Amino acid sequence: MKIMESQIVTKQNKKINTELIKGAEAVVKILIEEQVEVAFGYPGGAIMPIYDALYDEQDRIQHVLARHEQGAIHAAQGFARVTTKPGVCLATSGPGATNLITGLADAQIDSTPLVCITGQVPSSLLGSDAFQETDVIGISMPVTKWNYQITDANEIPEVLAKAFYIASSGRPGPVLIDITKDAQFQKFDYSYTCFKKIRSYVPKPEIDPSSIEKAASAINYAKRPLILFGQGVILANAEKEFKKLIEKTGIPAAWTILGLSALETDHPLNVGMLGMHGNYGPNLLTNECDVLIAIGMRFDDRVTGNLSKYAKQAKVIHLEIDPAEINKNVKADIPVLGDAKETITHLLKLVKPSSHESWLQRFIDCAKIEQEKVIDKELNPDSETLSMGEVINIINKHTQGDAIIVSDVGQHQMVTCRYSKFSKSKSNITSGGLGTMGFGLPAALGAKLGAPDRTVIAVIGDGGFQMTIQELATIYQTKAKVKVLLLNNEFLGMVRQWQQLFFEKRYSSTEMINPDFQTIVKGYYIPTKKVTERDKLEKAIEEFLNFDGAYFLEVMVGKENNVFPMVPSGAGVSEIRLE
Amino acid sequence: MEKEEFTITAYTENHVGLLHRITIIFTKRKVNIESITASESEKEGIHRFTIAVTETEEAVEKIVKQIEKQIEVLKADYYKNKEVVQQEVALYKIPSKSLTNGIEVERIVRQHNARFLTIEKDFLVIEKAGFRRETKALFDDLIPFGINEFVRSGRIAVSREEHGIGEYVQQILSKN
Repeated sequence: MKIMESQIVTKQNKKINTELIKGAEAVVKILIEEQVEVAFGYPGGAIMPIYDALYDEQDRIQHVLARHEQGAIHAAQGFARVTTKPGVCLATSGPGATNLITGLADAQIDSTPLVCITGQVPSSLLGSDAFQETDVIGISMPVTKWNYQITDANEIPEVLAKAFYIASSGRPGPVLIDITKDAQFQKFDYSYTCFKKIRSYVPKPEIDPSSIEKAASAINYAKRPLILFGQGVILANAEKEFKKLIEKTGIPAAWTILGLSALETDHPLNVGMLGMHGNYGPNLLTNECDVLIAIGMRFDDRVTGNLSKYAKQAKVIHLEIDPAEINKNVKADIPVLGDAKETITHLLKLVKPSSHESWLQRFIDCAKIEQEKVIDKELNPDSETLSMGEVINIINKHTQGDAIIVSDVGQHQMVTCRYSKFSKSKSNITSGGLGTMGFGLPAALGAKLGAPDRTVIAVIGDGGFQMTIQELATIYQTKAKVKVLLLNNEFLGMVRQWQQLFFEKRYSSTEMINPDFQTIVKGYYIPTKKVTERDKLEKAIEEFLNFDGAYFLEVMVGKENNVFPMVPSGAGVSEIRLE
Repeated sequence: MEKEEFTITAYTENHVGLLHRITIIFTKRKVNIESITASESEKEGIHRFTIAVTETEEAVEKIVKQIEKQIEVLKADYYKNKEVVQQEVALYKIPSKSLTNGIEVERIVRQHNARFLTIEKDFLVIEKAGFRRETKALFDDLIPFGINEFVRSGRIAVSREEHGIGEYVQQILSKN
């Protein structure tokens, strides 16, 4: 079905041009109009006309040929996360499109803007079980913010304009556009206008001034306030306003792993990481604060632990752009709907300058306990084997928090988030909500292409590495200077840790008999090094960081190390275990 | 929280696939849809979904927010039974011979405020609009005559407010 004229507001948008061209050419022209400089993908039968059109625009759009569509979409996610522009991903019909599903689900749960374009069998064959036909619209619907199937080239400009607008506005998310092959070949009268309004879609809810007043009043009267911040601060580009808010009010602030890097790690009011493997203080004191101010975060179960034991004593203020997140997991006493940049700006005018020194001291005291019981042991272990934390610690020393750190999923991810230092926003890229193993390597490639002037380090475990290891070829082909750090413990470490703690050490299918990664990576023509001894570690890391090009450093770490602290599943956040 | 009957109403664009987008919100949470109907609303080009569920109010509230979050949904809301005027339509097909066996069927149809839609040589079709319990009561009374076919529509409902959420939808439409 065509989109009705009445839904399109053209007033503020100028017409760009009019000519008779193929649908596929129109798609590429629109990518250029939308200032897409890099697209990630993999060609195949049903999307060949679009690839043919891309051939003529190689100077304007760099197409990154991944080695698997999942690699392409994770790379697009990495690109989107560092640039906050929609990542663009192309795939063919059938298996090409189904290979995007994990990335779509990941982008949906982590609010990452993506525009994915898939080829589809000709419209005359829809429903005939044609070669490489899959109901991509049906399959992708639960994991997209919006999707649409184009069967007529005349729909292309409006639908793609809508796709870019929907993906990047409000709470961002992935959009998938499925285009039948005949529509890609069809010639039509092309003109393009950007989309800025859809009548049924409210990207930013209107701010209710009374909600701001109530929130400010609660903050002004609070004795033990705690701020929790998430990715909403980054997505709203509200880092500066956020920092002003905490500095003016003197409120300690703790982060979710997607909020990490929105506030520099060394800021005196940054009290650390929330959740299952987060810091001791923010978890314990969540259940002692009197006012809990959540900003751009969604109270994921990995953050809250058992909800019936979560912040019951606190008045909860929830600053959030998505109305469906209000009261979803934690009941908000004062919901403040709106874009974080705007709501924080309003709040700033009404909150009074304050400091909460004795309350902040509680966090410092907790940090000392955690330092003695957990952190010292992790960063300066007395064991012969290396720990993941000491590797990250040396990286910090050399990057000074300036690098983009992309992590995969598992123990190394928790260690990386816990110990990495950040001085710039949009620098921690990880699969938070979905926990997608295999995310790290391709996402690091995408991040490097999105931020070519910055050092990009992929920190990956030996499990996740082997899920998208083929993307080393993409790194080689694009000459992207990605630093790949493999923390190899020859185990699926996080699952093994749970087996140790909750399944009586029954290590069911978690030990990895691995290949020689050095040989494999050399096969991709990427320089490599392997470190097993402490006295060689620092020099190897220096070489790794200083090398002008992609580099692979494998560090053998303790096989059965555990990540602590830990809020065991089912426990409340204040039942956090230090050992 | 106790489960009870709710009617969810959503004003939407008329787009292919939107029904699927709405139903998967229920599937994801393993909530059964008792009935669902979609038709054009009082506003040109705008469709209206009416969904009947038996759930806790908390669950229904969350589902409604997820429905409203969909790009092509203009507005969604939910109502308790006492907040809506609702109807279902039922059709009953019974053998024509039951009519020749005296005036009993005619009396039952009149008693239930139902009507004959058609009377054929072999069968007749009775229509009854009302609450679930009313269409069920007629069903029970017709059992002795033999029911060849029975079908009941999904719930349709309008709110007991003068305008309901249609007013919000009108505001959205007039702004654009």
